[in-house]
Amino acid sequence: MKRRGFSALGLYACVYLVFLYAPVLMLPLFSLNDATYVAFPLHGFTWRWYQELLADSDLHAAALNSLKVAVVASLAATSAGTLTAYALTRGRGVATRTVAALAVVPLFVPGVILGIALLIVANLIGIGPSLIAVTFGHIIVCLPLSIVIMRGRFAAYSRAVEEAAMDLGAPPWTTFRRISLPIAAPGVISCLILSFTTSIDEFIVSFFLVGTQQTLPLFIWSHLRFPTQLPRMLALGTLILLLSCCLVLCAELIRRRGTDKTAFA
Amino acid sequence: MERRSPFERVINFPAGLVAVTGILFALALLLVLSFRNNDGQILALSFTTDNYTSLVQDPLFARILLRSLIIAGLASLATVVLAYPVAYYITFRAGDRRALWLILVTLPFWTSYLLRVFAWKTILGYNGILNSAFVALHIPGAPFETLLYNPGAVVVTLAHAYAAFAILPIFVSLSAIDTRLSEAGLDLGARPWTVFRRIIFPLSFPGVAASFILVFVPTLGDYATPLLVGGNSSLMVGNLIEDQFSSLDDWPGGAAMAVAVMAFLAIAFFVGRGAWRGWRRWQSGALA
Repeated sequence: MKRRGFSALGLYACVYLVFLYAPVLMLPLFSLNDATYVAFPLHGFTWRWYQELLADSDLHAAALNSLKVAVVASLAATSAGTLTAYALTRGRGVATRTVAALAVVPLFVPGVILGIALLIVANLIGIGPSLIAVTFGHIIVCLPLSIVIMRGRFAAYSRAVEEAAMDLGAPPWTTFRRISLPIAAPGVISCLILSFTTSIDEFIVSFFLVGTQQTLPLFIWSHLRFPTQLPRMLALGTLILLLSCCLVLCAELIRRRGTDKTAFA
Repeated sequence: MERRSPFERVINFPAGLVAVTGILFALALLLVLSFRNNDGQILALSFTTDNYTSLVQDPLFARILLRSLIIAGLASLATVVLAYPVAYYITFRAGDRRALWLILVTLPFWTSYLLRVFAWKTILGYNGILNSAFVALHIPGAPFETLLYNPGAVVVTLAHAYAAFAILPIFVSLSAIDTRLSEAGLDLGARPWTVFRRIIFPLSFPGVAASFILVFVPTLGDYATPLLVGGNSSLMVGNLIEDQFSSLDDWPGGAAMAVAVMAFLAIAFFVGRGAWRGWRRWQSGALA
């Protein structure tokens, strides 16, 4: 398909990028604007919103909660997803396929419905809306992601490597730990990062499961209603944007180093 | 059969535990609750179909469900149609800069979802960015009140918020296409547009369908967007369900609504799949 440059398509792609970025870039722009309402013309430069934001102790608590939830949820979802994806690529049995099919169901359930279903479970088993419930919800949201990513990762190299280890007498666990996992390590790390950012940003399931301790998106949600809080939320959005950019770029760099190394695939 | 090692026995346990309690059990419980009276208990022996009969008789639910299906359908369609040329460009024309383009289109997706939605409120609002620009340019009639709080605003916002969901699956299915097929088509004298219509698009259709589903499911139940940019005229079924669980305190009624939405999703999925298969069969029949 290497015909002469069809530049209309390239132009369209650039316009599309503007459509993607323009709204997002309004956040940093107006977070530095010295006015409470968000409109042109700009009123001058200020760090005020960032200073006020960073002094807010509710924000500190919410950020800490989000961090705790995201660390636990991404570790749990990635480990569980990695194991099942590994079992899947080895094609083991009905149990594996059933678990994998069930685990990707959340992709087909709107967040509101998943949220209320988990709220009912949380109330039934007595933990109620709480950070533990939120963590559990995030594991369920991240699990399909990690299974899909890790499955692709494990499928990307030859089974012969594992078979060689087995033939040389390594039991399955040793083969997994010493051979398969190191080869798939870049996938595990990018999976951890993607689960982490998903959990940090997850709103709707947390909305139902959150108790008295807020997470970051719920902190944002509760502040969006007050016009005077708005510039501070834009500042927070800018910080989140910067942080996620760093994380995504790290994930991408690791992923690319990983594809270089698996030359024997 | 070889004996299974302890590792192989526990390998599915973690994901299985999560899937059974958090997905199977939770959705089953939702189904059970939808057949319960609103007596404040989750499990009890009395069952009723009242929730469903009142749902069927409730014109508000029917109207909001229909509205949600239309908004989510339009948003998914807009997302996929806007994203397809970009995915095509990245796959076939971006060359060495393919990885860069992929990062560029996914980066905005990793900013806070709520703030991405909220950005549209600041853009479309009465005192918003677009209106202040219109006033500065002396456009007659500006500022316009009608930019925000309508279903159109919801569709645009959702199409923006879920863009990456559409580009990636289409990109994956496009890059799996064997370019020799389209070269053969060109060599045999087909025009580029015909090659696209008869070879590339049909082969990329699974990716298009996957994108549509990946966008349709979350947008159908979206809660924040209708509240932030939609206003009362654009409330969707996610807002209605949430009301039952908060202010109206009718959990069984809300559960019944959720089950109804899931049923509609399943029907839409199977109808869509059936239509696609029928069309394929008709096409291959026409070729033979």
